[in-house]
Amino acid sequence: MSPNLRITGLFALVALLIIGAGFLQSWNVALGILNMGLISAIMALGVNMQWGYAGLFNVGVMGFAALGGLGAVLVAMPPVNAAWAAGGLRVLAGLALAVASIALAVLLWRRMRPSWTRGGAVMALLFAGFFAFRAVFDGGVAAIEAVDPAATGYLGGLGLPVILGWPAGALLAAGAAWIVGKTALGLRSDYLAIATLGIAEIIIAVLKNEDWLSRGVKNVIGLPRPVPYEVDLRDSEAFAARAQDLGLDVVTASSIAVKLAYAGLFGVVLVALLYLSERALRSPWGRMMRAIRDNETAARAMGKNVTRRHLQIFILGSAVCGLAGAMMTTLDGQLTPGSYQPLRYTFLIWVMVIVGGSGNNWGAVLGGFLVWFLWVEVEPFGLWLMQTLTAPLADGSALKEHLIDSAAHMRLLTMGIILLVVLRFSPRGLIPER
Amino acid sequence: MDLLNALVALANFVLIPAAAYGAQLALGALGVTLIYGILRFSNFAHGDTMAFGAMATILVTWGFQSLGLHFGPLPTALLALPIGIAACALFVLGTDRAVYRFYRRQKTSPVVLVIVSMGVMFIMNGLVRFIIGPDDQSFADGERFIVNAREFKSWTGLEEGLALKTSQGITIVVALLTVAVLFWFLNRTRTGKSMRAFSDNEDLALLSGINPERVVAITWIIVAALATIAGTLYGLDKSFKPFTYFQLLLPIFAAAIVGGLGSPIGAIAGGFVIAFSEVMITYAYKKVLGYALPGGWEPDGLVQLLSTDYKFAVSFVILIVVLLFRPTGLFKGKSV
Repeated sequence: MSPNLRITGLFALVALLIIGAGFLQSWNVALGILNMGLISAIMALGVNMQWGYAGLFNVGVMGFAALGGLGAVLVAMPPVNAAWAAGGLRVLAGLALAVASIALAVLLWRRMRPSWTRGGAVMALLFAGFFAFRAVFDGGVAAIEAVDPAATGYLGGLGLPVILGWPAGALLAAGAAWIVGKTALGLRSDYLAIATLGIAEIIIAVLKNEDWLSRGVKNVIGLPRPVPYEVDLRDSEAFAARAQDLGLDVVTASSIAVKLAYAGLFGVVLVALLYLSERALRSPWGRMMRAIRDNETAARAMGKNVTRRHLQIFILGSAVCGLAGAMMTTLDGQLTPGSYQPLRYTFLIWVMVIVGGSGNNWGAVLGGFLVWFLWVEVEPFGLWLMQTLTAPLADGSALKEHLIDSAAHMRLLTMGIILLVVLRFSPRGLIPER
Repeated sequence: MDLLNALVALANFVLIPAAAYGAQLALGALGVTLIYGILRFSNFAHGDTMAFGAMATILVTWGFQSLGLHFGPLPTALLALPIGIAACALFVLGTDRAVYRFYRRQKTSPVVLVIVSMGVMFIMNGLVRFIIGPDDQSFADGERFIVNAREFKSWTGLEEGLALKTSQGITIVVALLTVAVLFWFLNRTRTGKSMRAFSDNEDLALLSGINPERVVAITWIIVAALATIAGTLYGLDKSFKPFTYFQLLLPIFAAAIVGGLGSPIGAIAGGFVIAFSEVMITYAYKKVLGYALPGGWEPDGLVQLLSTDYKFAVSFVILIVVLLFRPTGLFKGKSV
């Protein structure tokens, strides 16, 4: 079978699956799968850039996606002027102090001769810097968090359209990736994996604890939307008339219309990214990346700056993950730091890339849709399966109840099995690299 | 007297908990480091192996408890531990047979094995949640304390109490025993020596007639034992919740890498380094300083360097610092 036919066939299959969900369950469910599938596909593209093009093992996707979400919040939410007045400058001054002392320490480390004095001086500087930072910073944080903690208690954002938050989220993630890359990219592949796993946990910890920035576990809710609200649509007479013509109930029609609008926005981003990545992969740059991946030593001998290229692709891939994270926060309309879990936001994306086909952009996109579809649909299917299997058992028996209650956890099991089966029997994925 | 109080408070809130946590991390890191040394990959499923072993032990413990079988003042879980270890070892050997062996024969690169272990991680995580559920489970019984805070106060006449929980005492004793047995095994027995030889130089070991499949199987059994012990002790000391075990992956790997991947002594040292730094940096020293400093100097704030939620940041920073300045870890591990 020619590769193009295979790609078309597989995408048609996934489309059929989603449309099937539309007919069998509801169009709301199907469009929900489609929207998150689009976002997942973008995240998978980002991971595919790092792993598929360059062989970088990044398991910190969750952190970059969460930073993207923070970017959306910082751009779109209205600023809280009272909080800014109470302690905004003080917090900024504290952060500036922290950055300055770290920069000074790095400078000192580079300028001084290697000796114990150097180590001592740098340590002393960092220690002093930390306490100075806490002295300035803590007061500002307390003041900000005291401003109407039930409703705000944080600095808020810039009050700009939320679409601008998407590139902002990508930038934030890129900045974090630069810091991680500078320190950890020289390491061996599995050290890099542990380092990125750690940075993701730290980013989530920051979002959960720094209430002045992200409201922490109190969540930021009610993010402005790039599309109209369902309620407004329902009230509009033109919309109601159109829904009537199509023979749809106004309530259903409004939620479908909103989801379709999101799908359109996300689709544009995905198509643009896919086009750009395909162009990049087929360019001399893409060939260089794959050459570096396949044989670092040879590429270095050919005069390629492997370290810089790795840093570059790491930042690019993380930025794409951040972009997807910002889009997801926009779709949810809220930032809930407590809900970020590595299995769902990091390892599931990896399943998508591996199942779809690492090194192939189309594969990553396909994996994003397919695995997301399975992730959503395994739960009702598992419940149905359990009910069928336990039907012979007496009602109210402890085993039956336990099995039916646990059906929800089948999805992790299924994802593991899918990943292992694909790795074993089709290690290059459904759409292999060309 | 005040200084004594400060010391007691420090021991009560920092030294004892950190020692117990360090022992748990060390046992976990030993498992990671053994897999790395013999099978040559970083096993991402290790946290979930711990959860699986602990779950098996908990189920057996519940069985024993319902049969009225108890272990006197000690937790029943210790009685159930051998059965838990056996269950975990069987499962782990099963995954090796079904999953890892194929890739070992193909001599795939370590990164692929890491991804494979991600798949195993999903399966184990799902199984544990499926069988025992995602919630907290309590299974500790027996005496709660070896030294009770109130008794300690009346006994010494100090203001500060010192409590030593049974789980903490057991953790340290069991960890010491386990490590002693492990080192005896690795250094004194023929099988242990063949394992070390395999780890040092695979080709040479094969030439000397060491059966690789046997070495691998024994490694998995030892790892299952270590993981089950570590998981059960952690569950006794804190509580059993599948998700926390998954999160233990980071400090465990940090401990193994800080000590030097592949080095058993390094894993133990790394475990304690990570545990003590985590606890010491996230502890609020207000009370200790209040006793230690002369009157009128008591601090107003909590004197906490970082909030407890940043404990991951601590292991992470130590990890990065060690990797940047001493990439093979404190005790020269191997780098593949």
